[in-house]
Amino acid sequence: MAHGNHHSHDEVGHVVPESLFLKVLIALLVLTVVTVAAAQVDLGKWNIVGALAIATVKASLVIYFFMHGKYENRIIWTYILIPFILLAIMIGGVFTDDPFRSRPQPVQVTQQS
Amino acid sequence: MAAHSSSHAAGGEELNYLNWKTGLWSWLSSTDHKRICFLYLYSIMVFFILGGIAALIMRTELATAGPTIPSIVKDPHTYNVFFTMHGVFMIFLFVVPGIPATLGNFLIPLMIGAKDVAFPRLNLFSWYLYVFGALCGGIAMMNPVDTGWTFYAPYSTTTSTNVSLMVFAAFILGFSSILTGLNFLVTIHQLRAPGMTWMRLPVFIWASYATAVIQTVATPVVGMTLLLVIAERVFGAGIFDPTKGGDPVLMEHLFWFYSHPVVYIMVLPAFGVVGEIIPVFSRKPLFGYQMVVYSSVAIAAVGFIVWAHHMFVAGISDFSAKFFSIVTFLVAVPTAIKVFNWVSTMYKGSISFKTPMLYAMSFVFLFMVAGTTGIYLAMLGVDVYYHDTYFVVAHFHYTIQGGAVIGLIAALHMWFPKMSGKMYNETASKTAFAMLFIGFNLTFIPQFILGMDGMPRRYYDYPVEYQTLHTLSTIGAYLNGLGYMFALLNLAWTAKYGKVKAPRNPYNSKGLEWQTASPPPHENFDTQPVVTEDPYNYGTPHHA
Amino acid sequence: MGKDKDVMSSNAAVAEHHHVAPGDPPHIHHMDSKTAYGAAKLGMWLFLATEVLLFAVMFCSFAIMRYYHLSEFHDASHHLNLKLGALNTAVLLFSSYTAAVAVTKAQRGDNKGVIRNFGISFACGLIFLVVKTIEYTGKAEHGMFPFVWNEHFYEYKNFLGLYYCMTGLHALHVIIGMAVMYIYGIRPAMHNRYSGRYYTPVELGALYWHLVDLIWIYLFPLLYLVG
Repeated sequence: MAHGNHHSHDEVGHVVPESLFLKVLIALLVLTVVTVAAAQVDLGKWNIVGALAIATVKASLVIYFFMHGKYENRIIWTYILIPFILLAIMIGGVFTDDPFRSRPQPVQVTQQS
Repeated sequence: MAAHSSSHAAGGEELNYLNWKTGLWSWLSSTDHKRICFLYLYSIMVFFILGGIAALIMRTELATAGPTIPSIVKDPHTYNVFFTMHGVFMIFLFVVPGIPATLGNFLIPLMIGAKDVAFPRLNLFSWYLYVFGALCGGIAMMNPVDTGWTFYAPYSTTTSTNVSLMVFAAFILGFSSILTGLNFLVTIHQLRAPGMTWMRLPVFIWASYATAVIQTVATPVVGMTLLLVIAERVFGAGIFDPTKGGDPVLMEHLFWFYSHPVVYIMVLPAFGVVGEIIPVFSRKPLFGYQMVVYSSVAIAAVGFIVWAHHMFVAGISDFSAKFFSIVTFLVAVPTAIKVFNWVSTMYKGSISFKTPMLYAMSFVFLFMVAGTTGIYLAMLGVDVYYHDTYFVVAHFHYTIQGGAVIGLIAALHMWFPKMSGKMYNETASKTAFAMLFIGFNLTFIPQFILGMDGMPRRYYDYPVEYQTLHTLSTIGAYLNGLGYMFALLNLAWTAKYGKVKAPRNPYNSKGLEWQTASPPPHENFDTQPVVTEDPYNYGTPHHA
Repeated sequence: MGKDKDVMSSNAAVAEHHHVAPGDPPHIHHMDSKTAYGAAKLGMWLFLATEVLLFAVMFCSFAIMRYYHLSEFHDASHHLNLKLGALNTAVLLFSSYTAAVAVTKAQRGDNKGVIRNFGISFACGLIFLVVKTIEYTGKAEHGMFPFVWNEHFYEYKNFLGLYYCMTGLHALHVIIGMAVMYIYGIRPAMHNRYSGRYYTPVELGALYWHLVDLIWIYLFPLLYLVG
């Protein structure tokens, strides 16, 4: 990364103690166990909802603590959220289409390379 | 705006960014945003010329029914190659980098009172990425691609031409664009001069900001989509290829998710340019500054939710088509606000018809045509008829050529004195403008009529009934091409041999970039400028 | 170059002002250090946003392909090795933790701590790649790999195609992240470059590594668990 030619900044950013990171790590590992366990039970379509919900909690923990998101300003938060909003728009927009038209039938291919 | 700078060397020659270092390498290794502007300018002009030649070859072939120049355009495949070349070169290599990479690079630091962009070395790296992408694209044309610039699946995943290398080139060019946008966003956030608050930013900066957001967050989408096309071609990933259970329309969705916003990458900076030119030559404050600002942001935002209006006849569901048709009308609101603002700025102003102003006014007119025909195409029922005809071709060129390219030429004239330190020849420039404007309309008005008569686009040949309009269009295309050549050669010649030195502020503008020397010194300003008032205070008592 | 040297030497004041040096150096006082820090961080977050959007395309494709081939996705996902996937998840989470600690160490001027913690993250990255290679070779032996597709698994192709695109691009990011941690973290720390006043590259390198982790947090349940 280019960062000008000055190799110091006067104010130290927020110093997060290692103990807090350790707590977050434990939480993340516990959530991983939970999500694996939950996947063993057949809940129908709730499996994916639950798995993605847990993943989102984990991702939030990573952004909020590991990535110092907690101490960042509004501008950075705007650009943290924009990609997720765009992903939602993308999936939402595509799903106005595919479920409402006939499924493309796979063409039978006899020769496979 | 009090920014006085002087860069007189003690004896003789005045040092500026153009002459403080010489030699080709001093340019190729320069991290100065003003020099990088020229690196981009020369490179994009190469592809403007190549793309233009491809267009003229197509128009020549279409001048008469039946084969016109069989020695060059041998068969329909060759014709497909030429329109692919025209599309790819013009879109990815000329218009997308277009204003942001050239004028944006030159003006953003100057207009906000900074010494350079936030990451100067990254800026130079972006240019090298552009060159690398351009080389890949050039090599790909050895086994010419015939998909059109949209690379629609499943044709792009099955044709035997060099699609993989070509889409890889587009991916690299995308990354160049991303890094440029990222650089500008950080620059505008972090490097504004003291007193340069958000509501004092010139509208060109606001337009560039909105553009940079789109560049940064939309381009990765097309980049990944194109990589998936390569994956499909190389090892059959089964995502876009219907023979493997993939969905080709998904590729079109993802492609237009970027490529609709990309037309705003092309045209938003041109909006900014026009917003800068009109107040100066009308000697009036920009009417409704805040509305212009918010409409730029609104256009960028709305641009992300309308993409499927390019796909009404691509096989999307009726529900989807209705939804995207309705939201597309929303785009008309912020664009119309902008047009009202420009026209209201001119109202009762004391207008001087200098070349940049002529281009800016023609921009407003041409963009109105583009916008109103765009409304036709947003209407679902009408679009089904018009979509695959010349009507769309004409609409598109009114938007992109009448918008983005005219905007670029307007900007080149407007800031030419600052960039080169010379004054261009007003008579020659106006002559070029007249040729260009008449030629442009002569090319595309017949194409609107052709489209309404049912002439399909992308066709190599047509029934003789269409010939008169096609011939007119071809004549117009040549006049248009000559106009561009004349306008650009005039500027290039003046930059090198021109005798009339440009003063610091030839148009008596209030912009910060005009307060420093012409051409500016390497450091832009000798003292840190401090901004004390709004950007367009023309005609107020103490700023006549 | 000869000519501009003459111009420069003719005027010492100008030469000083323009600080002539080879390769057109960045401007003097281009940014003060606080602005530079803010700029670097905002730039990095913007870059991470573009990275998320690269993967967004594949998540969107995954959603659509899963909609069309639900049962095939379900079956195909059971062919992935859940144990190895879970192991890799734990490895990446742990490496993310040490990367976060490395930033704290850098802020305290503990260069050895930076080397230690980034070193662990780096090693975790290696473990991740080794495990991934084991998984890939296992798939290749069963004909579930590009270029060696077995006709038998033809209906799993949509799932596996996306699986290889997603994990492949992710693995590429692991490699880049490891390089970033070495070049911008470990190597400068060996020369005691970091202090409470300057640790930007450590923070940016760690941010990049967290992104690698972040993507995997979503890839793991989507690919290995619910399919």
